[in-house]
Amino acid sequence: MNKYAKISLDGLIFQNPTFMLVLGTCPTLGLISSASSAAGMGLTVVVILTLSNMLISAMRKIIPNEVRIPAYIVIIATLVTLARMVLEKFVPDLYDSLGGFLALIVVNCIILGRAEAFANKHTVIESALDGVSTGLGFTAALTIMGIICEFLGSGSIFGAKIMDFTIGAFATPAGSFLVYGICIAVFVYIMDSIERYRREKKNKPLTRESLVKEVA
Amino acid sequence: MGTFIAIVLAAVLTNNFITVRTYGICPFLGVSKNTSSAVGMGVAVTLVMAIATAVTYPLYEYVMVPLKIDFLEIIFFIFIIAALVQMIEKIIQKLSPTLYKAMGIYLPLITTNCAVLGVCELVIGDMSSIIGTATMNTGWAVLYAVFAGLGFTLVMIIMSGLREKIACYGNMPKAIKGFPIAMITASLICMAFTVFSYIQL
Repeated sequence: MNKYAKISLDGLIFQNPTFMLVLGTCPTLGLISSASSAAGMGLTVVVILTLSNMLISAMRKIIPNEVRIPAYIVIIATLVTLARMVLEKFVPDLYDSLGGFLALIVVNCIILGRAEAFANKHTVIESALDGVSTGLGFTAALTIMGIICEFLGSGSIFGAKIMDFTIGAFATPAGSFLVYGICIAVFVYIMDSIERYRREKKNKPLTRESLVKEVA
Repeated sequence: MGTFIAIVLAAVLTNNFITVRTYGICPFLGVSKNTSSAVGMGVAVTLVMAIATAVTYPLYEYVMVPLKIDFLEIIFFIFIIAALVQMIEKIIQKLSPTLYKAMGIYLPLITTNCAVLGVCELVIGDMSSIIGTATMNTGWAVLYAVFAGLGFTLVMIIMSGLREKIACYGNMPKAIKGFPIAMITASLICMAFTVFSYIQL
């Protein structure tokens, strides 16, 4: 159980792809001006990342080491093509709002990064869990920033009008960059504060292992 | 002539890849710590974008659409880009070892740069909202790719100059160092580029 808790916590918090590793920045900055498209992007990435992690993990003994990157790219590109067809047919609104960023999931560093760093060394179940938790970490980060940007830029949350006062800059990439930068700073500050508090209280540093032990 | 000016202005200023479309942010944040590497990365990306568009646009228009296999575009394009990057790397290594040494580390990274796949996907789609006319051909597509690459290089150079200045200020809170301050700088660059959205094409 301990091992699985560690994988989940790594993906969600300690190695959060958006705030800690700063990966997959292009779709993040392009889509957080609307909370629903940001959440939609996140959930699409959850599905593709989980499936690609599982497939790559299942085939890790078959794929020769020298051609592993092209092999991963074929798998990911196939999944993205499938996701694009499914979204175009069943969720056309989301398909329109994601625009060009849907095809760009192929070159999203999170997916290739997890394949290279995790899935080719671990079992299928571990890889699937890693895909889900990393993807949900990405989704949570995007949704939080999407809510902030949409509230300030359009005065609404998930499309529901809340106030008439709007700041136009937050609906453009300028506001996305600003919100993303401030969110990373706040996240890093909170993590540092927790660590300092714990160190003062127990006189030992907060490590990944100690927190996992506590949660599990 | 009108289309030429429209494409140049749209690609460099009004639809700048970084400040308006937010493509290619990973190298923009990762390789902008000093000006010389920013220029190297910008030139390498421009080169790959131009050659990739010159290959993928005719392939899509004249081979994949008539054969009705246009739904495979992502798989085809990413493979062409990966092969091109490898090929360009070998050619530059053979022809100009100094240039190869200068941009050697950045070239392999370009395969997973969304600006390259982004421009290939963009020119095969509807361009009327960007350049005011929907008629595209290989020449215009390559021209758009070249100037989009130059616009990318322009913002890379501005960003690297600002980051060199920022690195001189030592007393900054720990949480804001690195990526957060780079993003806030990028936000200010984006705000400055908003001025160009008043250009009517």
